[in-house]
Amino acid sequence: MKFITEFRRSELAQGLISQIHRQSKTSVRFMEFCGGHTVTIFRYGIRQVLPKTIDMVSGPGCPICVTANADLDKAIALSQIPGIIVATFGDMLKVPGSNSSLEEAKAGGADVRTVYSTMDALKIAEDNPNKSVVFLGIGFETTAPTIAASILQAEEKGIKNYYVLSLHKLCPPVLRAILDSGELKLHGLICPGHVSAVIGSRPWEFIARDYGIPCVVSGFEPLDILQSVDMLVNQVESGERRVEIAYRRGVRPEGNQQALRLMEQVFEPCPAQWRGIGEVPDSGLKLRKKYQRFDAALAFDIAPGPTYEPAGCICGDVLRGVKTPADCQLFGKACTPQYPVGPCMVSSEGSCSAYYLYGGGFER
Amino acid sequence: MEAALNDRILLAHGSGGKLAHELVEKSFVKALANPLLAKLDDSAVIDFSGRLAFTTDSYVVSPIFFPGGDIGKLSVCGTVNDLAMSGAHPLYLSLSFIIEEGFLQSELDQIVNSIQQTAQEAGVEIVTGDTKVVHRGSADRLFINTAGVGIILEGVNISGSNARAGDKVILSGTIGDHGIAVISRREELSFSTSLKSDCAPLGGLVAEMINASPNIHCLRDPTRGGLATSLNELAKQSRVSIRIEEEKVPVREEVLAACEMLGFDPLYVANEGKLVAIVPPEDANKVLKAMRKNRYGKDSAIIGEVGAEKPGWVVMKTVLGASRIVDMLVGDLLPRIC
Repeated sequence: MKFITEFRRSELAQGLISQIHRQSKTSVRFMEFCGGHTVTIFRYGIRQVLPKTIDMVSGPGCPICVTANADLDKAIALSQIPGIIVATFGDMLKVPGSNSSLEEAKAGGADVRTVYSTMDALKIAEDNPNKSVVFLGIGFETTAPTIAASILQAEEKGIKNYYVLSLHKLCPPVLRAILDSGELKLHGLICPGHVSAVIGSRPWEFIARDYGIPCVVSGFEPLDILQSVDMLVNQVESGERRVEIAYRRGVRPEGNQQALRLMEQVFEPCPAQWRGIGEVPDSGLKLRKKYQRFDAALAFDIAPGPTYEPAGCICGDVLRGVKTPADCQLFGKACTPQYPVGPCMVSSEGSCSAYYLYGGGFER
Repeated sequence: MEAALNDRILLAHGSGGKLAHELVEKSFVKALANPLLAKLDDSAVIDFSGRLAFTTDSYVVSPIFFPGGDIGKLSVCGTVNDLAMSGAHPLYLSLSFIIEEGFLQSELDQIVNSIQQTAQEAGVEIVTGDTKVVHRGSADRLFINTAGVGIILEGVNISGSNARAGDKVILSGTIGDHGIAVISRREELSFSTSLKSDCAPLGGLVAEMINASPNIHCLRDPTRGGLATSLNELAKQSRVSIRIEEEKVPVREEVLAACEMLGFDPLYVANEGKLVAIVPPEDANKVLKAMRKNRYGKDSAIIGEVGAEKPGWVVMKTVLGASRIVDMLVGDLLPRIC
């Protein structure tokens, strides 16, 4: 089976599109939580082919976008300490903090290295025993298990110069916070595929049960998204409210038990700061006491100074789904992927970047 | 005397002294044998008539050996292709090495051999060159610069500013093969793939295309920045819009899979043996037929056409029938792929 082209076949897509048009009667607003879904939706022009009854809004599912400026400033401050190598996924480099970015810090002489996996960061630590290597732990439930694994491996191998700045975020708690705020009336939720591959579909059940919102866990190809929209429409039109999995090739209801055990062993929930949303209880991960010696926030004295938010940037509103990138006065003018002001324009999974690159609705 | 397997290039090999002469004689002149180079004068002296195309490029690809080619083959193809994209018949190249001290003589021989083979296939001669050796750490193994000259074929006027509304856009084959093949061998990221770089000299293909129709408006090789960037350049230079269809752009399943894994869009991944042609509609089928007969154009396809509205825009009809913008590459997708 061809795992990519099969999910991009135009005749199958046309069938799903007409089915959605036939079935959808009620005016609804669906949110795709995940930035990966946002990219697929814009890259294939999915909003253009849906009926007028369906309004799609993008959610906060871009880990880089939701990282608070204060946390970015901590990462940049760490890179300024002599003897520290900061290892990070490449997406983080360009994200502007209050005064600078890791890319600028690097150009100014800081040792910032892009890695493709946590194990690469661990290897840098092994290869540079006289330096301290800090891995920027940014991401959702998808990356947290691999970072947990790197910490366990560092312990096993007795690597003493490896640290993690844990800025991890958990998805279900932030969705509860968004729904509790009452800012946005939602009639359906496309739940993230990769996060659900780890946590399973059960953690979303409270959304259907407590808030009466249909949920479908989706994959990332255009046919996956169309199928998920179709399933949501089906639930809406038949008055059902439950969690379904469209992404059966990736997600089981119980999730990935091994990954969950790793996370549980190394991390415990803590409050976390989300850009545009504020502090959300139990939505972050910190290292358990046993592993605290790997915690960069405790090991180094970081004093990044006061935090500034860029004037005019509405990334926070975009992340909550209450405004679209086109509502921002900076969009496409002062803020472009080349000269980004806010994180949603930097990250490849950011709504502003997807909107700009693929011309959401051709407004540009 | 044959070089031992573990012989290494020393600083003295770039000093201009005895070792340097030995290197030039043994490694370069012998392998790249031609009368102009063998003279070893300060310049190659060549008789010319006609309109001259002249181009240069530096090659810093990492790793220097990759599936389907190496930095030597690339340094000939890249410069030959730049000449061919101007409608020139490529003739002569210069070849200049910057070598990091300690580089293996055997690897250098392998690269020179690959330069010789590619030059022979492309019908060009290496007529002048230079070698510098720098201290360890001052260069990453080996860098190459080549410059090239060619004669513009009679009656040909090819330029990025010649696209007209109604013209057809032809692509010579699958996209993304080179970029993905190179990155698959990066130390920090290696993954296994059967994919090979498409690295190839396109002078012959272009000559056959021009033979089929001398009215070709634009040619461009979508190297760094990929197909998307080339189309944007052409749309801006010619002040036209270009509309392509996603389903018509050939991409290998392996490239799609690697792009998904790495978060790339194949439209932005580099090619080293592909070209885009913009051709008047009445000549499109003739040119396409000629292209498909050439080994480097057998998967050629008409992927879209040129429009007058919204000058500078490149738009793609997606597999769902919707439209989206195809912008230029922002930033650096893959450093040092050529």
